[in-house]
Amino acid sequence: MEGSVGYDNDLNLKATELRLGLPGTEPVSIVRRNKRSLQQVADDDCGVNGCKSDDQNETAPPPPKAQIVGWPPIRSYRKNNIQTKKNESEGGGIYVKVSMDGAPYLRKIDLKVYSGYPELLQAIENMFKFTIGEYSEREGYKGSDYAPTYEDKDGDWMLVGDVPWGMFITSCKRLRIMKGSEARGLGRGV
Amino acid sequence: MHKKMAFSFPDEVLEHVFSFIQSDKDRNAVSMVCKSWYEIERWCRRKVFVGNCYAVSPRMVIRRFPEFRSIELKGKPHFADFNLVPDGWGGYVFPWIAEMAGAYPWLEEIRLKRMVVTDESLELIAKSFKNFKVLVLSSCEGFSTDGLAAIAASCKNLKELDLRDCEVDDLSAHWLSHFPETYTSLVSLNISCLGSDEASFSALERLVRRCTNLKTLRLNRAVPLDKIANILRHAPQLVEFGTGTYTADVRPDVYSDLAGVLSSCKELKSLSGFWDVIPDYLPAIYPVCSKLTSLNLSYATIQSPDLIKLVSHCPNLQRLLVLDYIEDSGLEVLASSCKDLQELRVFPSDPFGAEPNVSLTEQGLVAVSLGCPKLQSVLYFCRRMSNEALVTIARSRPNFTRFRLCIIEPKTADYLTLEPLDVGFGAIVQYCKDLRRLSLSGLLTDRVFEYIGTYAKKLEMLSVAFAGDSDLGLHHVLSGCESLRKLEIRDCPFGDKALLANAAKLETMRSLWMSSCAVSFAACKLLGQKMPRLNVEVIDERGPPDSRPENCPVDKLYIYRSIAGPRFDMPPFVWTMDEDSGLRLS
Repeated sequence: MEGSVGYDNDLNLKATELRLGLPGTEPVSIVRRNKRSLQQVADDDCGVNGCKSDDQNETAPPPPKAQIVGWPPIRSYRKNNIQTKKNESEGGGIYVKVSMDGAPYLRKIDLKVYSGYPELLQAIENMFKFTIGEYSEREGYKGSDYAPTYEDKDGDWMLVGDVPWGMFITSCKRLRIMKGSEARGLGRGV
Repeated sequence: MHKKMAFSFPDEVLEHVFSFIQSDKDRNAVSMVCKSWYEIERWCRRKVFVGNCYAVSPRMVIRRFPEFRSIELKGKPHFADFNLVPDGWGGYVFPWIAEMAGAYPWLEEIRLKRMVVTDESLELIAKSFKNFKVLVLSSCEGFSTDGLAAIAASCKNLKELDLRDCEVDDLSAHWLSHFPETYTSLVSLNISCLGSDEASFSALERLVRRCTNLKTLRLNRAVPLDKIANILRHAPQLVEFGTGTYTADVRPDVYSDLAGVLSSCKELKSLSGFWDVIPDYLPAIYPVCSKLTSLNLSYATIQSPDLIKLVSHCPNLQRLLVLDYIEDSGLEVLASSCKDLQELRVFPSDPFGAEPNVSLTEQGLVAVSLGCPKLQSVLYFCRRMSNEALVTIARSRPNFTRFRLCIIEPKTADYLTLEPLDVGFGAIVQYCKDLRRLSLSGLLTDRVFEYIGTYAKKLEMLSVAFAGDSDLGLHHVLSGCESLRKLEIRDCPFGDKALLANAAKLETMRSLWMSSCAVSFAACKLLGQKMPRLNVEVIDERGPPDSRPENCPVDKLYIYRSIAGPRFDMPPFVWTMDEDSGLRLS
């Protein structure tokens, strides 16, 4: 891991650079494969369903060797389907972005690594150096300015902990640590 | 024009006889018998097929066939499917629509493949043809849901709207609501290529409900599983159905709804879709499996045991598309359960992985070839092959008409003997006398092309990659394959000699594609000069070919016969070799 996480005052310029790839890895050039023109990379990654979110570019592991243009001969829309599944399969891990209100950049974690909510929340607390409050079904997270939330498959923002863990890891698309009044309001009247 | 001879018929009688002749080949043959037959035939041809949109101009077609109702056009070369043809190459349909709009208000059917279709073209179709009935866009691109909205709004007699494998700019799912409430004539709808995170379910449901003649419905991934029951409930008459995403939280009510509504679809013969499958929901389709003749599971990332269970329920299956998760074991079950199988396509689940992720080898293909007596068409991706297996396959299944094998790693040798796979593919062409289409892969020398030239007399389309040693290979194919229409080659050491020696052959074919081969710019110029009825297109994104030495190989070469002359819609990276100076700039 390069640089430090959180609120150091020194100019961590690299950290604020927009780039593809997991934090801690070198920036990956946008032309990931040999002999590919930018146009072709765009075609491939956009595929049938229009441009996908950054998720898919970032979570696909780097190709094991130099790939040949147009080989094996598979249509783009099939390739897109395979990529999606790889991200979700047993071997691949479930990587989701974690953002924290006020933090300059995002992190990414593999949900499969954790066995339940306590472990997950502990890891997030360590990652961003803060404490989440006590969870209760009725009042959400009490005792801190922060509330962990996640975006589910339907695009709705939910409070972490409301649904069973198994359902959570298959429906969670990204995590966001809310701060301040937004966070405090969440526990009430929901 | 007609002479009163003892054996000649009045025109009307001939026309009536010709009306029973539907195939283009036969129609073309009829038109060549004599001048009067040519005349009669051209006035009564109702369906026109143009295999290469640049081989002829719209005006020429309209002039010859004044009364056609249906047109089929193909644009880009096949390798465009694999991103080998740069964007902007061509294949624009607009000029055709514009010409036909003026001449043919009564056009009913348009079928396009690998063409660029703009919203403007779709709007023009919607506006110009009052009795428009069928729009099939296969692997097309360049349009958005706005264009579809125009079609939906204006084509009151539309029966078929099929967008298979297209790239559509998904601006809004609400285009479906543009079908007026009074519109009920839909028979076939395929929107499986659309993305659209917010699908207009209520509009879709209402459309399905009022179109009681709907026989084919292929939904897109955005339609969730729990919505399918509502849609299918109103269409028990469906013959072909494509699901959306086949996953949901496992809930007994969703399951029973789905199973119930599926079992009331007594006519269902074909299923597809199955994105993101949750195996728990698969048994819902068991009730319809016994009648299924076609099953497309090529998006279903389920493992072999679930696939085996499913396939064993389908004894009448004729066509199966599946991922290699089926494994050899699954293919063995397929071979014993599905004796009517005619077509099999096995796609790779991890095409870019270095190591095999599933146990799918040549054995699976051998099993199916041995077990399925009607098997005639195969597309198979695998990681190893042997000559022995190919010979077994060829001997046991001489009725193959389409054989496409892709061994994922280029130049892979026979894994048992480490020899090239020449003998194996040689057996395929020798035993399968009706073979029309062949795709090669693996380690191959010039010898395989000698076999192909010698035996593959009915072969119409050949795809070659990373094969051969010298020009002799190409020469064997061009001089031996009498029925060859389309030849596509990439990354082979074929150069000028074979091409120039067989220049005349090229006029008997629809097209030749060569990329990353060894054909020089000089040879291209020469070919263009000598063969005025060939368009010799050099495609090179590195810059003008004359900025490099003449003997430098060109990047990509596309040669096709044409009576329309060179085209004028080329992008900056395409040059047509001309009979004049040898170089025509766009």
